[in-house]
Amino acid sequence: MDPSTDLVAMHMSDGIVNAPTSVIFGVVAVLGLAVCVAKARRDLDDRTAPMAGLVAAFVFAVQMLNFPILPGVSGHLLGGALCAILVGPYVGALCVSIVLLLQALLFADGGLSALGTNITNMALIGTFVGYGVAVAMRKLAVRSRGGLIATAFVAAWVNTVVASLGFVLEYAIGGQGLALGTVFGLMTGFHALIGIGEGIITALTVGAVAAVRPDLVYLTRTAAPSLEIKGARA
Amino acid sequence: MAAGHAHPLYRAGDSVVHRLPAHVKIVVAFLFVLAVVATPREAFAVFGLQFLLLVGVWVAARIPPGWLATRALIEAPFVVLAVLLPFFATGPRVEWMGMSLAVDGLLAGWNILVKGTLGVLVSVTLAATTPLRDLVSGLSRLRVPSMVCVIATLMLRYLEVIAAEARRMRLARVSRGHDPRFVWQLGATVRSVGALFLRSYERGERVHLAMLSRGYTGAMPAFTTASASTATWSLALVPAVVAALLAVSGYWVA
Repeated sequence: MDPSTDLVAMHMSDGIVNAPTSVIFGVVAVLGLAVCVAKARRDLDDRTAPMAGLVAAFVFAVQMLNFPILPGVSGHLLGGALCAILVGPYVGALCVSIVLLLQALLFADGGLSALGTNITNMALIGTFVGYGVAVAMRKLAVRSRGGLIATAFVAAWVNTVVASLGFVLEYAIGGQGLALGTVFGLMTGFHALIGIGEGIITALTVGAVAAVRPDLVYLTRTAAPSLEIKGARA
Repeated sequence: MAAGHAHPLYRAGDSVVHRLPAHVKIVVAFLFVLAVVATPREAFAVFGLQFLLLVGVWVAARIPPGWLATRALIEAPFVVLAVLLPFFATGPRVEWMGMSLAVDGLLAGWNILVKGTLGVLVSVTLAATTPLRDLVSGLSRLRVPSMVCVIATLMLRYLEVIAAEARRMRLARVSRGHDPRFVWQLGATVRSVGALFLRSYERGERVHLAMLSRGYTGAMPAFTTASASTATWSLALVPAVVAALLAVSGYWVA
């Protein structure tokens, strides 16, 4: 991949929050994941395993893809809102969580003790808030492709900023060193900028998918019409 | 898992640590990191002793320190936060080389730096001694829902395929003169991301059909995993227990 600096370093390391906080958010992550597993099965039935597996591989591959922000500074996609809009919040959160789990275990990306906080912020808060925003704007999204693109941008931006608020919450409970106002200012300011990049990529990706296979966009998908059998004479 | 698929941090070997069942190693790694995180930040010597424990594990696993150091360095973005802390924290300050630094911020920065570094070293050690297949079967042994394990297996199996597809798309863009420098030159990259999603999703549909035609009914065969004897557990838990005792002694000292 590109040797340029990676600006988006949202994966928390060990030691940012204390041990009790790590354990609490570990429990939150496990409970959230249990709900996602049950609901994802309802969304995809026996297709869950292959579809979610391939979408997770896509998220993993996209996170390896750097995009330019300024010369020498690049970022990568987090993909929470993108997944939520394309495959639904439960499958999306499940995929992002599995990506985070394997990144921590195989690539030392994000601390083991911070796995709970990372899953809570990026997979649970990020995906569900992004999806909530997208649902609130659904009327606009179904009207036209432009509307869908605008919805995806807003959802991804809000997702990034709110996920960083998850960090602020965890820091407030178990971090030390900085006044909460400073953390809040730094994190939201920083992520409001990152969110623009995330928003543009998410919006254009959703747009590109909707142009070719609009039936795949979970947000605007309507229930498949039931099969209608017509006789020769009605 | 397809044979020969190794992840970049794996270092093949046949040491005591390599032979330990994966689920034991995962539990020990988590407990070790938690012990490090629970250590009070002022107990400077304790972190040194915990590092020595890790060195002991590396000796047992026959991992050269240079190999580890280069891989641990890659993951250093958290250092940024640690460096920022002394400047932004409040409280009593010290003057150092003309800069005004907060004492509390220095300690907090040190806290993140030392715990983050030890955490990365533990993660790299786990990844270096555990092949992919064992890692997922270890997770299933630890009662991770089978759905999650199956998704993880399929994800790892197709990750190389999808990543190679992404690389070919990038090569195609670059060979047509694509050299994005600014955020408004993203068009081609982003259309590739959209195409990559479609190809991944449609590959998933094909994989599902292929599974159905081979008799898939919605349940996957159970993972076969070796169980661990009490002796194995008690040997493997030694570093984690010692690290936890050191953490407790840190409260006593500090």
